[in-house]
Amino acid sequence: MSTESPPTSTAPESAAAEDRATARPADDLTQQVYDSPKELAIKYALGACALVSVFTTLGIAAVLVIESIPFFQEVALTEFFGSAEWTPQFSEKHFGIWALLSGTILVTVISAVVALPIGLASAIYISEYAADGVRRVLKPGLELLAGVPTVVYGYFALTFVTPLLQAVVPGLGVYNALSAGIVVGIMIVPMVASLSEDALQAVPDSLSGAAYALGATKFETVLRVNVPAAFSGIMASFILAVSRAIGETMIVTLAAGASPKMTLDPTQSIQTMTAFIVQVSKGDTPQGTIVYQSIFAVGLVLFLITLAMNIFATRITQRYQEKY
Amino acid sequence: MPTDMPNDNPRPDSSPDMDETVSDSAPEPVSANGQADPDDAAAAPPKADPSVRPKIEIQDLNFWYTDTHALKGITMNVKPHQVTALIGPSGCGKSTLLRCLNRMNELIDGTTLEGDIQVDGQDIYAPDTDPVMVRRRIGMVFQKPNPFPKTIYKNVAWGAQINGYTGDMDDLVERSLRQAALWDEVKDQLHSSALNLSGGQQQRLCIARTLAVQPDVVLMDEPASALDPIATSKIEETITELKSDYTIVIVTHNMQQASRISDETAFLYMGRLVEMNPTEKLFTRPEKDRTEAYVTGRFG
Amino acid sequence: MESSSNGTFHLRRTRRKRIGMILAGVLFLATILGIVVLVTLLVDVAMQSRAWLDMQFLNSLPSRFADQAGIKPALYGSLWLMGLTALISVPLGVASAVYLEEYARDGWFLQLIQINIANLAGVPSVVYGILGLALFVRFAALGQSLLAGALTLSLLILPIIIISTQEALRSLPTGLRESAYALGATRWQVIWSHVLPNAAPGIFTGVILALSRAIGETAPLILIGALTFVPFLPQSAMDQFTALPIQIFNWTARPQDEFRGLAAAAIVVLMILLFAMNLSAILLRDYFERQTAGE
Repeated sequence: MSTESPPTSTAPESAAAEDRATARPADDLTQQVYDSPKELAIKYALGACALVSVFTTLGIAAVLVIESIPFFQEVALTEFFGSAEWTPQFSEKHFGIWALLSGTILVTVISAVVALPIGLASAIYISEYAADGVRRVLKPGLELLAGVPTVVYGYFALTFVTPLLQAVVPGLGVYNALSAGIVVGIMIVPMVASLSEDALQAVPDSLSGAAYALGATKFETVLRVNVPAAFSGIMASFILAVSRAIGETMIVTLAAGASPKMTLDPTQSIQTMTAFIVQVSKGDTPQGTIVYQSIFAVGLVLFLITLAMNIFATRITQRYQEKY
Repeated sequence: MPTDMPNDNPRPDSSPDMDETVSDSAPEPVSANGQADPDDAAAAPPKADPSVRPKIEIQDLNFWYTDTHALKGITMNVKPHQVTALIGPSGCGKSTLLRCLNRMNELIDGTTLEGDIQVDGQDIYAPDTDPVMVRRRIGMVFQKPNPFPKTIYKNVAWGAQINGYTGDMDDLVERSLRQAALWDEVKDQLHSSALNLSGGQQQRLCIARTLAVQPDVVLMDEPASALDPIATSKIEETITELKSDYTIVIVTHNMQQASRISDETAFLYMGRLVEMNPTEKLFTRPEKDRTEAYVTGRFG
Repeated sequence: MESSSNGTFHLRRTRRKRIGMILAGVLFLATILGIVVLVTLLVDVAMQSRAWLDMQFLNSLPSRFADQAGIKPALYGSLWLMGLTALISVPLGVASAVYLEEYARDGWFLQLIQINIANLAGVPSVVYGILGLALFVRFAALGQSLLAGALTLSLLILPIIIISTQEALRSLPTGLRESAYALGATRWQVIWSHVLPNAAPGIFTGVILALSRAIGETAPLILIGALTFVPFLPQSAMDQFTALPIQIFNWTARPQDEFRGLAAAAIVVLMILLFAMNLSAILLRDYFERQTAGE
């Protein structure tokens, strides 16, 4: 077949084919195709796009720092970090971040109390117990829950959860940390569940197999082998979810109120850092005033806290990914 | 079948300096003589006598994956219009060696290559050599049939198209499929998906796809290892027929296959070239004990 | 663990089994709690919206009077935002992911970019709002325009698009790239002809999920100043705008019950939009998968 293989139909090509069959006239291997101008242009254009994300981070940091400078020229750091009074609207203004920070912490703690156990339980159930059919319903269900816009959760907190709680908790105001905290908790359940489930799935079957072989029951194996083995991954999911709760804005703006104060009472109306930022920017606060500048300072604190938690969680995740 | 190859240039072993074409290159990392050699090649066209100049000359090739020293001082030549088989136990470096020949390995992060590989006297690792040009000249067929998830026609035409082929594409597709002995089976379904073909047909499609670029060397990495015996024998037939037009280097773990289709065989063990000889000699009168142990099935 | 000092076993099988069953039950209840809340939320919203959701609501401009108010500008604003955000974020995100997966060499720089993207995904959306306010509204002087909003939302969802595209690219078989390279293809030829078409289903799914995140975002839009009375439809990217989540927030924050009903009706519209997007993501993925499998 080899002899008649190039069908000599069209003259110039078959001549070329003949030529190639014996020995191609030395091809120029140094013709730059791989690094041709077009290829390089594409490469650098794509690389420039990848740099946008770097510049986003730098942009956030730069904006927050630069715009905070005028604020900190007027408000001493000692007052900002040392005081628990936040009264930007009063004639005698105080800017003590602890009033807002404590509101954020209160809501976050309530949400964690709701979300961490439920999220972890869901993760354990989906990864270790649920039959395939059940899993196929539960996972998209949780994904849907994660896809609900936060403003919708805010509506739900204010118009459904708060009246419900008022029936149980006497004297609960319209705006309170409890309702907001519970709904923020519901919002982050899917996050805890899906990240913890990933961690549980990463535990090798051989480990639980060994426990079964020793006569352990299912729940003993799950609680004493799988969950401890996935511990760091589960911790990472907790941290990420809590960081998300700290940054949550619409639920707390709608349901938690606008009264910055340092309190541990969940029935009180409070204000979080995020809600304060929204309150200022939705009002008619003129640019250049100290109140307007304060949102950048609060934003900076918020950014640093969530950044630190995210980095910490990434570290933990990397460690457990190396383990298996 | 290998026995009917004229052994007019018997070589006792594959020692580095047994023929005059090995130029001034010391066994050192990538040399600068790549520019000079093309002139050599032009002055003495290899078509005159295949035995004068090997198609591929490998000089003291070392290769690392990050920390693993995968190839250690390989020196060997591949003759034109022959089938050269690379054999050895898994992990011996035979696939790595094959992939060095068309610079596929450099697609993997963290690899290092030292030494010299020349094709027709051109250093394919010279700083100004373009890997794309190298791969156009030296095609490759992989272990697992991996046609593109496109039509049969597009599978064959794509390579030629991106390489700026200006001739009649239908003609080229037909010619390539015929060369790969697949035309009769697929001529009525050229525009249906290549993924509907059987494994053996897919692999022959991959061969056709490679031939459509009109390379002069075809590398094959265990092309039949994922196929059943009937498909395997079809591939082997195809390889034998391609020999007159192409220089073929094939990696195989199947020694019967090596003895059936190859003219020369190189045995690698733990990253080193143990022995390279005409296939018949290597299988019947190996020079090295380790080769004998391997070909008689005592290890590997 | 159940062995006593004299070396006999007390397996207590029934007790251990019972504990196990109770635990499984508790886990199950916790898991469906989320679903129950979701259903409650949807039912509650649907009930509240009944009296308000009609064609007049969809076709009217916002109004001080609840019974005349509608969401036409908000709906148009949201669709404009989504379109512009997609135009900006999709090319940028896919290009970034292609660079990171197909071009960048492993090393500290790539690591840094990856960690950076992961962290960006965790930055609160209100912080993106601050960035948009300073960078687009004021520095670039785009004002409170659709473009400023779309740019802000683009930066917000960029990490999501990059990460999901990277996953789509990573899930392709390596043989696909190798075989194309072996035919003498350049990087871009491999990417354009093989990598992107085959990764398209995954990329599309990720993009639609990211856009549905964008369309529900409220805080960044409030930050850039979108919370204004906009009784007109946007005509260009430079126009002021309002959007569904903004309208929902606005109505929810009012004390009067009838505005709560309007908020519920707007939520239904928003949720239908989100549901349609998710459905189209699933359908698109199916379509592409059938395409790839062969016609």
